[in-house]
Amino acid sequence: MLQTKDLTIRFGGHVAVNTVSCRFVPGTLTAIVGPNGAGKTTYFNLISGQLKASSGSVLLDGQDISALGVSARTRAGLGRAFQLTNLFPNLTVFENVRLAVQATRRGTHRRGLNLWSIWSDHGALSQRTEEILATVAMQDKQDAIVASLPHGDQRKLEVALLMALESRVFMFDEPTAGMSVDEAPVILNLIRALKNDPTKTILLVEHKMDVVRELADRIIVLHNGTLVADGEPAAVIASPVVQQAYLGASPEDASAHDVAPAQSKLPRRGGTRQAP
Amino acid sequence: MSAAGPLPTVAQRSPPDAVNPMSQALLTLSGVHTHIGPYHILHGVDLSVPKAQVTLLLGRNGAGKTTTLRTIMGLWRASAGTLTFAGRDITALSTPEIAERNIAYVPENMGIFADLTVRENMLLAARSAASEKQMDTQRLDWIFGLFPAVQKFWNYPAGKLSGGQKQMLAVARSIVEPRELLIVDEPSKGLAPSIINNMSNAFAELKATGVTILLVEQNFNFAQKIGDTVAVMDNGVVVHSGSMQELNQDAALQKSLLGLAL
Repeated sequence: MLQTKDLTIRFGGHVAVNTVSCRFVPGTLTAIVGPNGAGKTTYFNLISGQLKASSGSVLLDGQDISALGVSARTRAGLGRAFQLTNLFPNLTVFENVRLAVQATRRGTHRRGLNLWSIWSDHGALSQRTEEILATVAMQDKQDAIVASLPHGDQRKLEVALLMALESRVFMFDEPTAGMSVDEAPVILNLIRALKNDPTKTILLVEHKMDVVRELADRIIVLHNGTLVADGEPAAVIASPVVQQAYLGASPEDASAHDVAPAQSKLPRRGGTRQAP
Repeated sequence: MSAAGPLPTVAQRSPPDAVNPMSQALLTLSGVHTHIGPYHILHGVDLSVPKAQVTLLLGRNGAGKTTTLRTIMGLWRASAGTLTFAGRDITALSTPEIAERNIAYVPENMGIFADLTVRENMLLAARSAASEKQMDTQRLDWIFGLFPAVQKFWNYPAGKLSGGQKQMLAVARSIVEPRELLIVDEPSKGLAPSIINNMSNAFAELKATGVTILLVEQNFNFAQKIGDTVAVMDNGVVVHSGSMQELNQDAALQKSLLGLAL
């Protein structure tokens, strides 16, 4: 189980994440929503170790991992996807995944230059790599150089790497952003498949409410760095804080709020004929 | 300048490749090819962007949408074909010369100056204002209403903004002054639903003042809401163009063009 206890970070005078305490249980998908700048990505950074907390702690299976760096946390099972480019751009898709598979089997390569073990491992590594590529439906692109891949494929590959690293916690930061409508289902299906695995804990930052509604077992809401709501998706979505601060009150609600749809109108000043 | 309607009132079932007859084209690409290094990305793009309308460029990842926008701005050089803006050939012009035709462009990576403040980023785009005092305050207030983060972090370094806030700044900066043509690569990316609402209202208002808007957008719900004209790309060519209304009403067309199963 992943847990944050009073997790806090200050940037100068600004408290970006403010005493957030939360537990994330394996076999569940928790969506984290909130206005832009609420602290969602910062919260992810604190969990994955990109940022060190000012106070509070991060626990994985009861162990305090707050002092660990990113790579140690990754080895402990924390998998962070997106907004973090951890691909090798000049290697092929296959080589990227195989490296990640290899990283989980470090033990077998500490025997020094044992040519027999290298040769015998090779088949197993390649087989596992092929399995993972099949899971993310990228077998046909295994020989492509990563730098030449479209954005969506690079994101799929990142999920493949997390699978290869045998992560237990998967953190997705807007996984479908920048992805065309025909490609988004591939990533969503991957997340759905992960969700069916009772050993995996999934955290998802997502602005598309249809995706949240469909995938989340639970929603937490961050606003100005503070946890303001936590519960069943339907109840949280219906709550006033989400309706007004996040979704933007619909005209029927007519309730004023500082982030409700703008009332101001573009000042008219004739035409726009300024081209030389 | 056309009347300010959200969508054309007449459902015009135009055949593919037809230019919407209701409006003349402000920007036209004909037979545009673009190479990036050894890769041949655009294979003869024909695109017509009607004046004072919102045109959506759709298509799967890798179809050539961003390359098309970059070619329009002269950031990639067309290896063949012609680009015409407001009746003039802009194919051979440099990026600054193209921008000077009163075109605003928000690139995929937003192009925020991280070490400058939000205010300085905005001021840079306000070409007719030498200082903050000369900025159009009414227009600024309008922008602040749309994107509250821009006002809130006015004197902060832009690099400290969150991803979504940077996106707000990038779009805010592109509309700080009236432009003839506004080009945005994925305006809704990373934005909370309330801000996307604000932005679609803003694009509608800009259009009503005669601004022509060209967007690459993956959020089909947003695209449906604001688009007048649509061009779908695949493998470096435009494979369909027509009205958004037509695409909205034709589930089979959506499925075949965009892989949408609704």
